[in-house]
Formats: sequence, C-alpha cells, structure tokens
Amino acid sequence: MQPTLELTHVQFSWPQQPELLLNIPQLQLAAGECLFLHGPSGSGKTTLLGLLSGIQKPTQGRICILGQDLSQRSAGARDHFRADHTGYIFQQFNLLPFLSVQENVELSCRFSKRRAQRAQQQHGSQGQAAKHLLQHLGLPSPLWSQRADSLSVGQQQRVAAARALIGQPELIIADEPTSALDADSRAAFLELLFSECQAVQASLLFVSHDLSLAPLFQRSLSLPELNQAHPVVGAC
Amino acid sequence: MYLLRLAWASLLNRRFTALLTLCSIALSVALLLAVERVRVEARASFAGTVSGTDLVVGARSGSVNLLLYSVFRIGNATNNIRWESFQHYAQHPQVRWAIPLSLGDSHRGYRVLGTSEAYFEHYRYGQNQALELAEGRAFAEDPFEVVLGSEVAKSLNYRLDQSLVLAHGVATISLVQHEDKPFRVVGILKPTGTPVDRTLHVPLSGIEAMHIDWQGGMPSAAQRISADQARQLALTPKAITAFLLGLNSKIATFAVQRDINQYSGEPLLAILPGVALQELWGLMSTAEQALFLISLCVVFVGLLGMLTVILASLNERRREMAILRSVGARPWHIAGLLMFESLALAALGILAGCSLVSLGIWLAQDAVQAHYGLYLPLAWPSTYELILLGTVLSAAWLMGLIPAWRAYRQSLADGLSIHS
Repeated sequence: MQPTLELTHVQFSWPQQPELLLNIPQLQLAAGECLFLHGPSGSGKTTLLGLLSGIQKPTQGRICILGQDLSQRSAGARDHFRADHTGYIFQQFNLLPFLSVQENVELSCRFSKRRAQRAQQQHGSQGQAAKHLLQHLGLPSPLWSQRADSLSVGQQQRVAAARALIGQPELIIADEPTSALDADSRAAFLELLFSECQAVQASLLFVSHDLSLAPLFQRSLSLPELNQAHPVVGAC
Repeated sequence: MYLLRLAWASLLNRRFTALLTLCSIALSVALLLAVERVRVEARASFAGTVSGTDLVVGARSGSVNLLLYSVFRIGNATNNIRWESFQHYAQHPQVRWAIPLSLGDSHRGYRVLGTSEAYFEHYRYGQNQALELAEGRAFAEDPFEVVLGSEVAKSLNYRLDQSLVLAHGVATISLVQHEDKPFRVVGILKPTGTPVDRTLHVPLSGIEAMHIDWQGGMPSAAQRISADQARQLALTPKAITAFLLGLNSKIATFAVQRDINQYSGEPLLAILPGVALQELWGLMSTAEQALFLISLCVVFVGLLGMLTVILASLNERRREMAILRSVGARPWHIAGLLMFESLALAALGILAGCSLVSLGIWLAQDAVQAHYGLYLPLAWPSTYELILLGTVLSAAWLMGLIPAWRAYRQSLADGLSIHS
C-alpha cells in the first residue's frame, strides 16, 4: 500500500537567501498511521507545514501525498489538492467567529467538491455529516447553531477536528492543537482524534513541542533530528 | 455564491465600523446628489420661468440685470421707461403682443406687478404653458382689482373678495402703505413653480391710481384723492418698468432688437431671454462647479474612509484568512472577499444616500419652495445622476483593489501560519 505522505530529499530556502531552512532526506507516513512529530520552535516546523500543505514549494526534492508529487503542481492545483485531501487543525482560534458551529464544520466542503460529495454519500447531506461528527466528538446539539466564538477553547478545538475530518480527507495535519488545553482535556481530545481518524481511515501527522504526548502515538519522530539544515532561528 | 455569504457574515461581524463607514459614504453621496439635484432644478426653474417671449425690453442697463428684475423679480430696475416707448413698440408691425410690466410696490414681502390683460393672455412659462386661474377671473375694468399668485394666496391665506392694502417699495416691512386705496381679490392663479406664484397682479391703472396724489416719493398731504375720485380720472401710466414682446416671426427678432436698442426716444435695451439666461449660467457656473467639486471631494473622503477601515481590518483578519486558506481557499478567493466587501459597503452607502436625499427632499420640499421658490421633485435618479453614482461605485471598486491586492499578497506570504 502506498504511503499517505512521503518526503524524499526535500530542501527549502527562501529565494535569494542561501541559508537552508529545511533539509529532510526522508520522511514517511503510512496510510492510517498516527505519527507524533516533535517540533520545538526553531526546528523548521512552520516551514515544513507550509510545504506539506502546499502553500510553499520545496527548492529541491519530492513531496508526495497519496502518490502525487506536490512539487510538480501549480500553486492553484496545490490549493485544490489541499482542499480535497488534507484536514488542518491549528493551535488555537481555528474557527470563523461569525459562523455557527455547524457552518464552521461544513466550511471544508465549500472549497472542495470531492469532500462535499463524500460527506453527502456517507451521511446524506453535508449538514448530516457535520452533525454526525460533532456528536461523535461530544458536542451537544444545542451548541451546533451557536456562534463559534461562544464555545470554550476545548469545544472549539473539537469543532476544528470535526472540520478537518469532514468529507474524509486522507491526511490530517495538526499543529499543536492541544497546547491551549489542560492536561485532562488534552488526553481526551487525543483519544477522540485517534478514534475519528481511525473511523475515516485518515493518517494523522501531529506536530507538537510537548514530548509528554509522544507515548500516546504509534510512532514518534523528532524534527530537529530529521532536519539536517539546523536553522539557527525559528523559521517564519 | 458561498463566498458572498461569507463576506457578508464577516462584514456583519464588524457591523459597527461597517455601519459608520456606510454612513459616511451615504452622507457624502447624499450631498453629491443634493447639489446636483438643486443645480438641475434651479436651472430648469429659471429656464422655465419665461417661455415664448422673444424680447424683454427695459431701461438701458445690463442684460442679466434686466432679466433678473423684469422676469425673476430679483433686484430693482435702474430706471423706468416712458409709456410712449411701450406704445410705440406695442404697435410695431412685427410685434404680435406686448406685455407692460410695472414694478415697485409690494405686499407683505411679495412683489406687486402692474400689467395689462395681455399678461394673462400671452405670458407663457415652462413648456409654453399659459397661466390658468384656480379661482375667480382676471382683473378687468376696475383699477382696484388684484389677481394673486398661488403661493401668495396660500401662505397669506387670502380668498376671493378679500380686500388688501399694498405697500410702497419692496422692503418686507414697509412704512408707507397705500391704505386709502384697498384692492379686492378677484382671482387666484394656479401654481406654476415660477416667480408668478409669489406675485400680486394688478392693472396698470391701479398702480397709477395708488400714486396719483403722490409728490416726490411721498403722499401729498395737501391734496388727497380718494379711491372713488381716482376711478374718475384718466389713469394712463406715464412710465413702466419693462415690457415683454412676442413677435410675429422669430426671424424678425434681431431686427426688432436692433431697432429698439437704437430707439431715439430714450435709451432702451432689448434682450433675448435665452441669451441672457446663458449669461446668467456663465456667472453661476463657477460657483456651481466649485460646489460640485467640493461634493466630489467629500465622496472621495468617504471612500477613503472606507479604504482606511478595510485596510486597518486586514491585520486583525489574518487568522480568518489563514483558516480559509487551510480549508482550501485560493488567494483569489481572499481577494474576492475583500473586493466584495468594498463593493457592498459602497453600494449600500449609495442606496442609503439616495434614500437620504429622497427623504430630505420629501421633508424640505415645501420649505424650499416657500423660501427659495425652487420646486424639488421627488423623482428617480436621472441618467446623469445614475452615471454619477456609477462613477462612485467604480471608484469604490478601484479602491477595493488595494486591500484586495494586499490581502492576496498577505495570504500568499502567510499561508497557514498566523502572524499576530
């Protein structure tokens, strides 16, 4: 089975700047795998996420997601690809405050026909798909029609997870999604995330500086070890 | 379509600043429209005041001056002209009709015009419309009859058969009244939207009768002549202020004009009303253009305010854009959101501005007509106004390109990372 994500000899530096920010000879994420990537600040985490999401292009090497080489595609095609195949969870403030909880979840389907169709096939409609996920993630139905910013931080992160999962993207990228949560809800959130990823058979790339979470994952890697460029300051 | 909903929801989320921006645009657009409306209607009402008159004749002075005091009742005549001169030209073979005008008296701030029956027969305003009576009849044989303009009757609440006293001079508060010779209201004219509405019309003989016992600009104390006595006297005027001429053929206009200007009896001036109006526009156009320019500047300031608000919001909305990018929005989606925002603000501002102008006109219509004699119709925007509004919208669109372009660049550079 082909890996969900495969990086080979990926190098990145900003144009006109000789200093390499990222140099990763090899990184693989198998289908359905949950990988913890330890990324303290200054390890090139932001640069890596920019490359994985297709915002930036590597200066050298290949980034393959589901066997497709992202670096060969145009910026528009990469945006398209991200919308179709990747769910993204930010550290904090994941939601558009002026939309309702349910609308926030459905947002992913608005920019991707493929995910909209999948949600529809699986649950009848996008709304049903959103409700199904929200329910699974433990958000009671009275909250669904509320404004997103009326929820607690922990609830918001679960809504963000639902948005990343809707329409069954193959890859979920989470960028420190638990850093704003306390220890108890951190574990609970991860449990939910794992089980939902499993339910939709998505691979999870979880990037965090918090090493205490690593034992919960099947596999863990360290970005400072992977990245041979050793940037001096945090990439930005 | 979803993008529009998203932009709308985002705008609603910032409704306070959005509303303020909208207000400033609405006010500036309202100002622009109001200036334009008043300009157009002032011209129309001026141009519509005199119609079908080929020549206006008065004592020699400036053509604009003559037009203003004879037709618009603004200012005073520099000099009178002799009755013989009027008669001479009234009988000119090319002249179809002649209307004598005698000004100089007033009634509670409204001008009194001494004239003849020819006035009701031949005077035209607007699109060649004749004067019509709402009530009663035109004045006839008796010198002490008066026909009121519609506004005079309305604001002073006068009815038929009421008697009123005219004042000497044209000041609002007049010390010298023609108390001994009251006039009886015999007719009230329909509204015309011209100075006719604000005029009291009396026969020339009435003017003559009022002043028959006057000497040196004051009533003579020694020899009072009562109204009844005056009726028995010959009341042919010695002088009038001006007269209007209608000619048999337009082609003769210039010949008759030259003839009048070279009249050997006394120095006269004949003008073509249209030409004099053009001169008047020439005088006013500088002020008009200045006003128009100022209101354009105000619109520009309004749009600039919008630009400032949107640009200032960009930074705090970086997260919103990063979230949209993360779910697959392209940079042009983000730019589109910003474009929509400025267009929506401008379009709503324009709509609100139009409503504001309509509301203003609706509220002030009567007051403006009473004080300035200007009729402002409650109408849909004219083609020219629509072009103006379209220009404002296009300017807003052009200005919207700036934040859109910045947001585009920003979302390309930021990607999914949030710098805050």
